[in-house]
Amino acid sequence: MGVEEIPKETLLELYGTMHRIRTYEETLAKWYYEGKSPRFDISAGPIPGELHLSSGQESAAVGVCIHLRDEDAVIGTHRAHHFAIAKGVDLKKMTAEIFGRATGLSGGKGGHMHLFDAAKNFSCSGIVGASFPQAVGVGIAAKLKGEDYVAVAVGGDGAANQGTFHEALNLAAVWKLPVVFLIEDNGWAISVPKDKSTAVAKNSERAKAYGIPGVSVDGADVIAVYEVAKEAVERARRGEGPSLIEVRTYRLRGHFEGDPQLYRPKEDFELAKEKDPLDNFRKLLLEKDIATEEELARIEEENERKVQEAIDFALNSPYPEPEEALKGVFAGGD
Amino acid sequence: MARKLPMYKAIAEAIAQEMERDENVFVMGEDIGAYGGIFGATNGLLEKFGPERVRDTPISESAFIGAALGAASKGMRPIVELMFVDFFGVAMDQIYNHIAKAHYMSGEQVKMPIVITTAIGGGYSDAAQHSQCLYGLFAHVPGLKIVIPSNSYDAKGLMISSIRDDNPVMYFFHKGLMGLGWMPSPEEAAVEVPEEPYTVPIGEAKVVREGDDVTIATVSRMVYEALWAAEELEKDGISAEVIDLRTLVPLDKETLIDSVRKTGRLLVVDEDYMSYGMSGEIIATVVERIGSELKALPRRIAYPDVPVPYSRVLERFVLPDREKIVKTVKDMVG
Repeated sequence: MGVEEIPKETLLELYGTMHRIRTYEETLAKWYYEGKSPRFDISAGPIPGELHLSSGQESAAVGVCIHLRDEDAVIGTHRAHHFAIAKGVDLKKMTAEIFGRATGLSGGKGGHMHLFDAAKNFSCSGIVGASFPQAVGVGIAAKLKGEDYVAVAVGGDGAANQGTFHEALNLAAVWKLPVVFLIEDNGWAISVPKDKSTAVAKNSERAKAYGIPGVSVDGADVIAVYEVAKEAVERARRGEGPSLIEVRTYRLRGHFEGDPQLYRPKEDFELAKEKDPLDNFRKLLLEKDIATEEELARIEEENERKVQEAIDFALNSPYPEPEEALKGVFAGGD
Repeated sequence: MARKLPMYKAIAEAIAQEMERDENVFVMGEDIGAYGGIFGATNGLLEKFGPERVRDTPISESAFIGAALGAASKGMRPIVELMFVDFFGVAMDQIYNHIAKAHYMSGEQVKMPIVITTAIGGGYSDAAQHSQCLYGLFAHVPGLKIVIPSNSYDAKGLMISSIRDDNPVMYFFHKGLMGLGWMPSPEEAAVEVPEEPYTVPIGEAKVVREGDDVTIATVSRMVYEALWAAEELEKDGISAEVIDLRTLVPLDKETLIDSVRKTGRLLVVDEDYMSYGMSGEIIATVVERIGSELKALPRRIAYPDVPVPYSRVLERFVLPDREKIVKTVKDMVG
């Protein structure tokens, strides 16, 4: 299957979502540094705490989530904005959450690393490797309930060295569960390069150990991701069991905002630009005469408007009442 | 010669000096090499000692913390860093079933001279999975020494003691005391630190401010909140004694009881969760011995039993601080 066989509408959706994610992340970055100069103070500004942005890694989210329905679950990582957006999480509520406002997804209790949208079956976590076993559980639920929904567990290349990854792969394989394990390989576990932490060149090779399909795909090519993910999601939905996908991406920004990235060689920054999935896809759409400059510009303007609306919504929302901090520990009232 | 050092440099200096003194000392952990530790506690060690003795690990905590046990059993003295205390869940078995118990279970055949270091504390909107203290959880397990320095002098001396100790020591440094620049930290935490190696004994509390009306017992960053509160209280003619417990296991009961016997009142301030933790333990320790001598019921200000919320307004509401201390002491003395 090549780009020619994918409907134009789908291609533009892929591009539009990727561009919306990039616009969102770069806009958030600007807001993050508000109130943090001249001295960078992580606790200051309208977005305090850590912020892990996904610029450069959009294809992994978009190429997978385009095959998903609302009832399919995506369990993301600490770097999850791209998956949240691709899964259809409300941009306004998500932004309000990141700005710590009462109108946020969790009323300001979760924050950027802990985005929950039950309606979209989306969640994420600040603990590396937490997603894999949780996705197994979603798969069990689907099987027990006789539904055909699937679960996507996202982890970085660093997370593939966690016990949870191996335990969950085995369990999903043994029980033939509808799970897609997605390793989003950006080459770095914060400052530790993959070749210093991982004994195999490609995490997809680890699928062999659990008797499931494993594919590695170049994240610079969103169409390649789209195709590989289509097969894995359809296989899961047909009840044929789990798959492992490795998407090779590059981080355009630091591990977190404020990361000086002194550990990162120059070539890696250059490769990140060269392998930018958004730039590559834009060029492809134009070169193949799939879309015109005007069509893309319209999509881009629309995205900028949507992102601005989300930011405005957050900024105009109230902060939660302080006492709210004590509520909600238990279901059914505290 | 002494010079003022931020806590992170004091810790790194202590480790470096012990590595020079004893070739069995080595360091493992995530981002402790090229990055120098996310919170700087291993700053400069890789350059000095090379990658054999300063080992960046994959994100495989069960593996590298368990490996500390194996290395210790062969006479090494590993120092293992796990970035945030919140992350320990993934490796707890190796800590509480093995490292903590090996000496006892083996009938004292094996020693576990391991130092496990980690960052604690919130106050900068890093939310529920990156802001906890949890030292109470580890203090609960027999066999682990618990060290929690509040300034750079103690940090260096306690680190050297921890490395030389033949028992597993959990060494907790508060992010908000490290003096990192990008994370707010009280200036008072960066004190004069001698260049030469020295020890601060594990198991000795320190009276950091003398007073007659109330004893405020606390650790870590709350020492400063207590000191600032004591200054406020002074204006109202209330004289507060502040004790920096410095280590929870072993606990310096004598210093604590001598102080409460003098003041007749006890307030415990704890950034860890309220229930089943340090605050209850300290109060029980005092009441069991001199409960009948108290002039007021003992009180505690601890983290209410809720996960750490993200939004700044919510987090401030639940985090213990000087205002809460002042108010509570006035209630007790009034």
